[in-house]
Amino acid sequence: MATTPHTTLIDSDGFLLHAEDETAMRAEMTHYEQPQAACIEALKIVQRRHGWVPDEAIGAIARVLGIAPASVESVATFYSLIFRQPVGRHIVLVCDSSACFLSGFDELKQALVNQLGIDYGQTTEDDRFTLLPVCCLGACDGAPALMIDNDTYGPVTADDLPALLESYS
Amino acid sequence: MSQPTDNQPIANQRSSVRYRSRLMQSEAERHADTHPLTWRLRDDGAVVWLDEHLHKNGYQSVRKALDAGDPQAVIATMKEANVRGRGGAGFSAGLKWSLTLQGDDIPRGYLICNADEMEPGTFKDRLLLEQQPHLLIEGMILGAYANNAFYGYIFLRSEYVQAAQVLNRAIDEAREAGWLGANINGSGFDFDIAVHTGAGRYICGEETALLNALEGGRANPRSKPPFPGQSGAWGKPSVVNNVETLCNVPGVVLNGADWYQGLSGERTDDGGTKLYGVSGPVENPGLWELPIGTTGAELLDRARGMRGNHQLKAWLPGGASTGFLLPEHLALPLDFDTVGKEGSRLGTGLMTVVPQAQSMVSLMRNMEEFFARESCGWCTPCRDGLPWSVKLLLALEHGEGEPGDIELLDKLAADCGPSLTFCAHAPGAAMPLQAALKHFRHEFEQGVKKPRGEMHSTTMTHEQ
Amino acid sequence: MAIIHVDGQAYEVNGADNLLQACLSLGLDIPYFCWHPAMGSVGACRQCAVRQYKDADDDQGMLVMSCMTPAKDQTRIDIEDEEARTFRASVVEWLMINHPHDCPVCEEGGHCHLQDMTVMTGHDRRRYRFSKRTRRNQNLGPFIGHEMNRCITCYRCVRFYNDYAGGTDLGAFGSKDNVYFGRYEEGTLESPFAGNLTEVCPTGVFTDKSHAAHYTRKWDLQFAPSICHQCAMGCNISPGERGGSLRRIENRYHGDVNGYFLCDRGRFGYGYVNRSDRPKVPEWRAQLDQTPTHLEVDAALDHITDALRHARRVIGIGSPRASLESNHQLRELVGDKHFSTGIEAQEQACLERMNHLQRTAGLPTPTPREIERHDAILILGEDPVQSAGRLGLNLRQAALARRETMGEKLDVPTWDAEALKTLGQDSYHPLHIAWPTTTELDSVAIRHSLAPEEIARLGFAVAHIIDPSAPAVDRLDTATRETAQQIADDLMAAERPLVVSGGTLTSEAILEAAGNIAKALSMHAKQAGLVLIRREANSTGLALMGGQPLDWALDELAQGNADALVVLENDLYQRLPAKQVDAALARADIRIVLDHQRTPTTDKASILLPAASFAETSGTLVNLEGRAQRFFQVFEPAYLRPEARLHASWHWLHSLAVSLRGEPPKAIHLDQATQACAEAYSSLAGMAQAAPGADHRIAGLPLAREPHRYSGRTAMRAHLNVNEPRPPQDPDTPFAHSMEGYSGFDRPRQQVPFAWAPGWNSPQAWNKFTDEVGGHLRGGDPGVRLIQPAPGHQGHYHQPVQSAEGTNALRALILPRLFGGEETSSLAAPIQQRTEQPSVILSADDAQRLALKTGDRVNIGEGTTLPVYVQPDWPTGWAGLPAGLVAGVLQGATLTLSAGDKP
Ligand SMILES: Cc1cc2nc3c(=O)[nH]c(=O)nc-3n(C[C@H](O)[C@H](O)[C@H](O)COP(=O)(O)O)c2cc1C
Ligand code: SF4
Ligand code: FES
Repeated sequence: MATTPHTTLIDSDGFLLHAEDETAMRAEMTHYEQPQAACIEALKIVQRRHGWVPDEAIGAIARVLGIAPASVESVATFYSLIFRQPVGRHIVLVCDSSACFLSGFDELKQALVNQLGIDYGQTTEDDRFTLLPVCCLGACDGAPALMIDNDTYGPVTADDLPALLESYS
Repeated sequence: MSQPTDNQPIANQRSSVRYRSRLMQSEAERHADTHPLTWRLRDDGAVVWLDEHLHKNGYQSVRKALDAGDPQAVIATMKEANVRGRGGAGFSAGLKWSLTLQGDDIPRGYLICNADEMEPGTFKDRLLLEQQPHLLIEGMILGAYANNAFYGYIFLRSEYVQAAQVLNRAIDEAREAGWLGANINGSGFDFDIAVHTGAGRYICGEETALLNALEGGRANPRSKPPFPGQSGAWGKPSVVNNVETLCNVPGVVLNGADWYQGLSGERTDDGGTKLYGVSGPVENPGLWELPIGTTGAELLDRARGMRGNHQLKAWLPGGASTGFLLPEHLALPLDFDTVGKEGSRLGTGLMTVVPQAQSMVSLMRNMEEFFARESCGWCTPCRDGLPWSVKLLLALEHGEGEPGDIELLDKLAADCGPSLTFCAHAPGAAMPLQAALKHFRHEFEQGVKKPRGEMHSTTMTHEQ
Repeated sequence: MAIIHVDGQAYEVNGADNLLQACLSLGLDIPYFCWHPAMGSVGACRQCAVRQYKDADDDQGMLVMSCMTPAKDQTRIDIEDEEARTFRASVVEWLMINHPHDCPVCEEGGHCHLQDMTVMTGHDRRRYRFSKRTRRNQNLGPFIGHEMNRCITCYRCVRFYNDYAGGTDLGAFGSKDNVYFGRYEEGTLESPFAGNLTEVCPTGVFTDKSHAAHYTRKWDLQFAPSICHQCAMGCNISPGERGGSLRRIENRYHGDVNGYFLCDRGRFGYGYVNRSDRPKVPEWRAQLDQTPTHLEVDAALDHITDALRHARRVIGIGSPRASLESNHQLRELVGDKHFSTGIEAQEQACLERMNHLQRTAGLPTPTPREIERHDAILILGEDPVQSAGRLGLNLRQAALARRETMGEKLDVPTWDAEALKTLGQDSYHPLHIAWPTTTELDSVAIRHSLAPEEIARLGFAVAHIIDPSAPAVDRLDTATRETAQQIADDLMAAERPLVVSGGTLTSEAILEAAGNIAKALSMHAKQAGLVLIRREANSTGLALMGGQPLDWALDELAQGNADALVVLENDLYQRLPAKQVDAALARADIRIVLDHQRTPTTDKASILLPAASFAETSGTLVNLEGRAQRFFQVFEPAYLRPEARLHASWHWLHSLAVSLRGEPPKAIHLDQATQACAEAYSSLAGMAQAAPGADHRIAGLPLAREPHRYSGRTAMRAHLNVNEPRPPQDPDTPFAHSMEGYSGFDRPRQQVPFAWAPGWNSPQAWNKFTDEVGGHLRGGDPGVRLIQPAPGHQGHYHQPVQSAEGTNALRALILPRLFGGEETSSLAAPIQQRTEQPSVILSADDAQRLALKTGDRVNIGEGTTLPVYVQPDWPTGWAGLPAGLVAGVLQGATLTLSAGDKP
């Protein structure tokens, strides 16, 4: 996904939704009986552009969908892949579920922590990577598995990591 | 037609470790009459798009059903074939469909495909979604026809990025070819499909939580009754079926219930084939379409046994929410009832093996961390009980257990049983824990090293 | 009815209930958290587990949640089952894992449902030895405190706030064991019913901030059954006093009127009782510019007697915010011919019209509880949440009840809250509101934005469609005709249509239109109802009592037809323009004012008598249903403030009358005052039966105002005198100013000062006092209906009004305001903080004509400047003004706006 790097998000009225994002949200709304159903997708639309969902976006989404900000926030904070804090340019999701756990997850996780210098929920100082655990990636025959942005990898060994991480600038 | 890939060029070092969903059986091994789920798949793993799907008998089942013009007959065939839900619970799909409210004063509802696959150890739906979208669409049209649904959603976990692209394109193809939309194939039947992607959280796969997620809310489950078939998405009759379940429908409709029953032969009463898999430290982890009722031993054989010097200690028959079985259970046919009788569940039917060297305490700690983290937070046993179990297991893992801890875990597991919690998530967390405490109690006892009530080290403050 | 078997005993229960409800109704204890009688079941907390058996042969059974299991005939359950018991113990133990165990400093302590349930389940040993999670709290505004560490995640708050009350700014955030209940960003809770969170929350997360400011444990408070004085709804309240000041107001369960809930004006508006600037002793001054001299009671009475003896003619001005007893004593003092109700003429005409319509329009007035069963509603010219607080919740439930109708078809029981919500989505019973601006009910309503005359014309048109023999409306525009058709269709399609109107716009035409609709519906023999909203706590009662309007009284004075004046608890400047009041007062040589607050009127008194507030005395009010209800003295002010000379106005006025007649001083008791009033007016005859008299006893005992555990009584007055006098004796009521007396739940009681039963310290204890949970008090819901529909249709149709001729004049449209729109509650600090910034609403046309835009400031007279707000669908020719802001501006008064100071 193309992200416009750090455009001004906020004007005096609050959050500036990009016109095409609003259009995309409105298009999503047509898929459902109620506008509320487009909430998760709307959050993802904002996140695709900004990497995360800034506070001001909650109100903006609420306005587009015609629902209460509290209702948007209660959804935004429920789902693990909606980020309500700034994250790095790339999201590293490490699968910590049973198959991976039984097939080298500990070593892989340790290698990630060592190489990135961060633990779960943290972002590297250069804003490049954020590390998070994820539910079973459905790649158990490729355990241990991880996902960087939209790409799933597995099996990944500690030795694979430097080159792999290097390819995400 | 070119296969959609990510827009970005893939660096070589990336593609070498890129994960690809694959079936372990070659095209030569798979046949239309024995491998209804996978015979169309290509060895190169490329997507079977509409043209190829049509060449390979695609949409014939839809034509047949719509021509016959009898939705109830579809349900009857499904019942007779005894297609049991492949999402984990094994509920008869035909029976579920027969309970969906239909009638002149009942609004037409929804047919929802559960493609949220997040059960640890489960990687079967991914294959069907990424490589064979039209089989699923076909199954959904049949399901919609039988259940008088006017619209369908594929509830897809957001991490299945490639599946989303494939499905969206396939849906467009099908719509263009007249298999979706108004008046399908001239039958007067209308039905269309949208892909709905989630944003994480295992609980979204629970069918009623899925409905709340679909409606754009918090994915707390709903109580039953009313069942989704009575009042589902937006209060309309809704049917939720797993990807694999729906992919079984075209074969059943086209070839009949007897044929389907015949697929599993004498092994079991359950009909058809199953996407079985093996993961964990085996030589050759993977996925196979085999008659339902295949034994664990045969699966382990296909996986070429334990990796290296590992010995099999225990195994999960179908995901983290099923109870551990022991090596002695490998001889059993893996069907819903047999595994159920052993105090476990077939679940998703993808086995995870545990090697002898693995501490069961650590494994349980890992699994309960998963269940505690994925709790939706609605009911007390799951929300507040599971995190406590994690802390107790952590204590035992670090040799900081106290007398009484194991009994507490026993009670916690018992208190998270079916009917005690709001949905099946916590019982899913309890089942492996109970089995582990039963079969491997000594390992837990080794962690009890502290007297009661002493101060503990910081490893115990396991914060979220 | 169904027979269920519990622990081997057979019981008869309501088969439509769930098992929890049924068992609690039987008086059996099952612990619970997420279930609430008014909000149904969701099965979240898992606290209410019992063992259920399939049939008589089943000896295995399985654990079920009693709140999610229907109480079907022949259900067999065991509450005392060992496994169920240990499971329930586990649940409380889990709920307490992260709880801070801060009961000693927690404001919920002593009336905490979590404490009660923890004791009930026997959880008294902590086994969890790991770290607890902690949370940050939010400032939720002047009403509600927030302490999230105490949360047990029962979801009751969001269910009440959002689903029941229609709020949108509170939410559940996060997931797993980290669910946070709060606002999406810190700030004041917006719902006018937020205060109920303090009772709905089973623990100390949401607490009453007004209480925190002078906190006292429930067991240390003195209570009496009281009636909210803040509007005409007549909610039953349980005010708590300690040390001579009111500390909090809690809901007092009434099966028909307020159920479990109050509005925030009623709950947090009591601060005026505690104001230090209240008049506490009689004050006298010969000249207005003199500092008043304090008088003793006898001296004050002598003084007044003397003055009144010399007066040519004394006018008495009563008050719709004072009790019937006080008004009657005033009327007795001055004589029928000299008595005014103290209500402005147009408003009084409307009040009389409403009483009349209630008798003759052919429809009964449902109780607020019954309103919730009406399946199509038209609200004509009212904004119920602003003008009648709690009533708004009833109306909202009526709209939501569509879900239950839908659920019936699928056998979804009425208590299955989430299932009904899913099923209902956003379909509601039709609720039409004809009102010029947004209302709190808009989210479940269809609103028609119209000017007052147009509202009336719409109403007449609706009546004509329902019954063509009702007069038609001339020159109706197409849009209004279509609206009328839609409303008429909805009302006629319903089984129990309801018409709601009232006196807020002081338009007789609107009331006549409502009357026409009511009559038309009654012609169709619908089980319809008519609800008419009055403004103040005793507006209905005063209209029943009768008397001349305030305008008449002022005229008599201004014209020199009288030279003395007695004003009862009434600020005349609130009711008529200051010039008019000034002119009248200037001609009165003797101005006697009784009040419990200082007002512009008391400032003009030659003698000011300090009246007791509702908390310090007793009396009777008539609410908007026509229900006479008694409120009782909570505390005796002189006990802790011996210097105070606060007395009931009826007491003062009676003593004056006695003194004037030259008789020896003779006290009057409440029952006599009530009886005298009941006998004097046939319309009020029933009021004596509104509550038991002073001689009422239970088991030979008076009723205790203080809980058993009331502490520190002997030290209470130690700062005044170490000799402890006996507690004040109360000859007026059956209540004792002490913990001695009956305070149980086992004998049916109608007048309950505070709810308490063994093991039930929280407001959940009310369930011990009702015939079934959520039902009626076993002793009967208090109060007596005074207005009954007359048999046969005596009413006739009224002629529609003509559309107003277009003029350029701007007329005032006073909009009721829950916060700030009522005289006494506006004196309470939290209400003042909660009052929104007022503005003048103008239509786009008027704004253009006057060259004004939103944000511009204009002068609206009396030196008040306000910002302009231009509202698109606002009717042209009207300027919307908030009630209670500019005293004495009447509905429809012509306004001249002049440019105000720059902001
Ligand atoms: C916690 C939880 C997670 C679940 N996740 C999934 C899932 O990801 N995919 C799925 O098909 N079923 C899942 N299920 C099962 C569904 O609730 C439901 O039984 C299934 O979708 C029904 O489809 P079927 O009858 O075709 O199997 C889950 C159940 C639970 C309790
Ligand atoms: S068991 Fe309860 S808390 Fe856990 S996922 Fe189900 S409903 Fe949510
Ligand atoms: S009261 Fe029954 S589950 Fe909460």
